[in-house]
Amino acid sequence: MKANATPVRTKTRKPGGWKRLGWVLFFLLPSAIPLFVFTLVPMVSSLWVSLHKWNLISPMEWVGLGNYRNLLTDEMTRRVFLHTLIYVAGYLPIVYAGGLCLALALNQKLKGRAFLRATYFLPVVTSWVVVALVWKWLLNPTNGLVNQVLGAIGLPEPGWWTDPHWALPAVILSSAWKDLGFVMVILLAGLQAIPSDIYEAAKVDGSSAWQRFWRVTLPLLSPSTFFVVVISLINGFQVFDQVYVMTAGGPSGSSQVVVGQIYDLTFRYGRAGEASALSWILFAVILLITVVQIRGQRRWVHYA
Amino acid sequence: MRDTRSLPAKLALYVAVLVGAAIMLFPFLWTVITSITPEGSLADGPKLVVENPTLDAYRTLLDAIPMWRIILNSLGIAIASTALQLVTGSMAAYGFARLHFPLKNVVFGFYLATLMVPLQVLVVPLFIEMKTFNLQDTYFALLAPTIASAFGVFLLRQAVTAVPMELDEAATIDGAGHLRIFTTIVLPLIRPALATVAVFAFMGSWNSFLWPLVVIRSPEFMTLPLGLSTLQGQFTTQWDVVMAGSVVSIVPIAIVYLLAQRHIIAGVAHTGIK
Repeated sequence: MKANATPVRTKTRKPGGWKRLGWVLFFLLPSAIPLFVFTLVPMVSSLWVSLHKWNLISPMEWVGLGNYRNLLTDEMTRRVFLHTLIYVAGYLPIVYAGGLCLALALNQKLKGRAFLRATYFLPVVTSWVVVALVWKWLLNPTNGLVNQVLGAIGLPEPGWWTDPHWALPAVILSSAWKDLGFVMVILLAGLQAIPSDIYEAAKVDGSSAWQRFWRVTLPLLSPSTFFVVVISLINGFQVFDQVYVMTAGGPSGSSQVVVGQIYDLTFRYGRAGEASALSWILFAVILLITVVQIRGQRRWVHYA
Repeated sequence: MRDTRSLPAKLALYVAVLVGAAIMLFPFLWTVITSITPEGSLADGPKLVVENPTLDAYRTLLDAIPMWRIILNSLGIAIASTALQLVTGSMAAYGFARLHFPLKNVVFGFYLATLMVPLQVLVVPLFIEMKTFNLQDTYFALLAPTIASAFGVFLLRQAVTAVPMELDEAATIDGAGHLRIFTTIVLPLIRPALATVAVFAFMGSWNSFLWPLVVIRSPEFMTLPLGLSTLQGQFTTQWDVVMAGSVVSIVPIAIVYLLAQRHIIAGVAHTGIK
């Protein structure tokens, strides 16, 4: 999509100023009012709450930047960020590599391509809660399917969501399964946008399929890769649903992520001020990572 | 697309994509199998071929939570939120792309700011807002944060900007006002972008979990993800019931998906190429 027609000032249209303002309000207010009331106001009040000690019931108590200071030195903050980071670091390579393989396969002449594409995409439209429940059952340590299969072929059977070391991998695995189809669709669209004459030219020059993949496909796919990486990181740092359903942050906090901590601080421990402060820290981290990526894209993203 | 592969290579490719498809589909099949396996034989895990299939789990499910109502809630909220986002979004898009007013860029900047703030930042004050106006546990509370989406406005504005200005001008000469131009010229021409926004709005609402979890308490206002998650608390070890609930909640979206599959996938792919 390209913005090829920038609005040109039409000097012919100048009925009364009030009438013009009326049209502006008519077109903008339906979105401006809800965005103001349900996003902008909460945004500002969230900043305000983050400067207070508050349990949602008794009056707020001003603490200035105290919440931020406490959080930044708190061991728990370090842990929830670490878990979130592990989640992202595990999830992103799996969905990218898996999604790329599927996209490359489906970019070939295959019978039943539309059916396969639709099948791979099915988990994407399934809600996180369902995916988490289904995988919690598949990864059930005692009678889940995965461990039955692992046991049958003589492999060790991990405790998955009941074991502090395996809880995060269980979440990563199920999340990757759900999003594989999404990444595949984005990358497939990117692959199909690569002009075939580039491949022909590379072939004429005597390149191998392997060389064409590294020298032609990957570089020309980089805008799609960039999109996938940016979106996955933004969403990954906000991971919550599947963790809440599969492990609720446990066992003993071993899979607690940042958003889970925000939720628990507010609704379990009545520490809304700290929760708001933590949400702003998370926002700052996401913003920073996104800005760094957008800045860094010149080095590796090639727009054809 | 090349078709100069050897037979073994082709065979390997087919095997690979079919194994992939099996990995994607099998969990769904397993969910159905579990849901019709008698509870007693779940201890050693269900078998691929169920010996005495039963619908007991579905009966337990319907007794435990108002499942039909929850499904209708989810559908209703998703449809309403999609419709609202299309209306508010396309109108704002027209306003930003076609009208001239002072401080337009500042106003648009505010829209973009709301786009960047994640829901988690808003959840606590939004909850307090709802509590203050006694709106928690209502349909309105579920719908409120999704009436307008800055993402939709942004995407649609791009699409409106791409509509040639000459069309507007011709219509203006014919005596058409903004409303006519908007409804008869712009809207039909931005249909692909509208479809993309619709897909994201619907999926966003259908899958939304954190906000309903925060703002809804009574079962009659729950949406599917929330209803299912409470089910898990009630039937910790009764996986047949939990899986029955999963089946029931997959079916409606699977039907929507099968009917609109091409548009949904095209809509998602569309956002990736900008």
